[in-house]
Amino acid sequence: MPIAAETNKKFAAYAHPDRLVSTHWLADALAAGAAADGSLVLVESDEDVLLYETGHIPGAVKIDWHTDLNDEVTRDYVDGPAFAQLAAAKGISRDSTVVIYGDKSNWWAAYALWVFTLFGHEDVRLLDGGRDKWIAEGRDVTTKSTKVEPAEYPVVERSDAPIRAFKDDVLAHLGNPLIDVRSPEEYSGQRTHMPAYPQEGAMRGGHIPTAASIPWGRAAAQDGTYRSRDELEALYLDEAGLKPGDDVVAYCRIGERSSHTWFALKYLLGFDTVRNYDGSWTEWGNAVRVPIAKGSERGDLPTAR
Amino acid sequence: MTTTPVLPPALADIVDDFQALDEPERLQLLLEFSRSLPPLPERLTDHPELLEQVVECQTPLFLTVETEKHDDGDVIRLFFKAPPEAPTTRGFAGVLHEGLDGLPATDILAIPDDMPDLLGLTRAITPLRMRGMSAMLGRIKRKVAAAGRASAG
Repeated sequence: MPIAAETNKKFAAYAHPDRLVSTHWLADALAAGAAADGSLVLVESDEDVLLYETGHIPGAVKIDWHTDLNDEVTRDYVDGPAFAQLAAAKGISRDSTVVIYGDKSNWWAAYALWVFTLFGHEDVRLLDGGRDKWIAEGRDVTTKSTKVEPAEYPVVERSDAPIRAFKDDVLAHLGNPLIDVRSPEEYSGQRTHMPAYPQEGAMRGGHIPTAASIPWGRAAAQDGTYRSRDELEALYLDEAGLKPGDDVVAYCRIGERSSHTWFALKYLLGFDTVRNYDGSWTEWGNAVRVPIAKGSERGDLPTAR
Repeated sequence: MTTTPVLPPALADIVDDFQALDEPERLQLLLEFSRSLPPLPERLTDHPELLEQVVECQTPLFLTVETEKHDDGDVIRLFFKAPPEAPTTRGFAGVLHEGLDGLPATDILAIPDDMPDLLGLTRAITPLRMRGMSAMLGRIKRKVAAAGRASAG
């Protein structure tokens, strides 16, 4: 039984307001016992693998982007059986309402939500503002571990094509809109990695030619919530030049920051076809003979050779 | 059984503690180390420029080393600063603090660079995150070596 979506003025302006919940909504749902009866499963997903253990929203389970969602050997996500096993162990069934929240303006939470969507999990939502907003509002956190009643989750094969782009897809996509969500220094090629993340570097710096630079954090307000529909439109329509109905690919360095942007484009602005290129710069910037533009200009498409 | 004869006793004890545990318990132990990392002394909190950032860590980590003069030989003191919302980084700093603080420079320089691997955390926290800890140890050793050269010169 799906839990009714939240209605408020800010969310109502979004294309798919049912994909977000506020801290207030969540607190009420928890107080009403939604997590206790299994209809709602609350998931925390952070960059730091131990942050959940320092205190989490009561009733939340933890899913780590790296150890739980990525395949251990191949650079890929877990497969259907592994995802089914993970979901079941976290008390998630196919019809559960899953609410995900995390640190850093939901950067990793959006990534986890995107992976859930690869498996077609229907009702998965983000807590607007994430962990920091919940804590800033002085709401309950606990270090008590959450007792999980294992659920049953069917083995569903991943469906990558609708929301995930591979390198060849991006090459074929050239000429259509691309959003680069990295920092301006990474975009221009001044840096080949994010400040403080040199382990995720690349051989070449720059960006995919014609990509617009809209650093992911600009979609988030000071308190970590998503900006209003008007503000997002100013950013992606006016500034980046997207037009309604565009087929868009977003990328960053490993696909996590661009998940945050993917969510904004897909669910808040309602672009039907938005794909996240998770290979991102750690693949493109290391690939042989792919076109690269340097500097702060978008650059031109390469001519055929 | 891995033998680690070159590790100083305090660090060897920590490694043994980690190795005696299973994976989830190792994470818990790392969390305890994150809580026991001592705060900076006031003279350093007032002078953040004296600390150096370890950029290889995913979260902001600052550290510095000082040489403390003693009649029976100088020892190295370690100081770390990492935010509470970065418990993994703090945990690594806590391990290095408890294992290395107050040792002579030669002991610290003799620690093998792959010491962090001995904690058995690589699978639980991923190789990516382990690199932060190796970088932290590397930075400490470089700073200790540089301090030694400075005082010798």
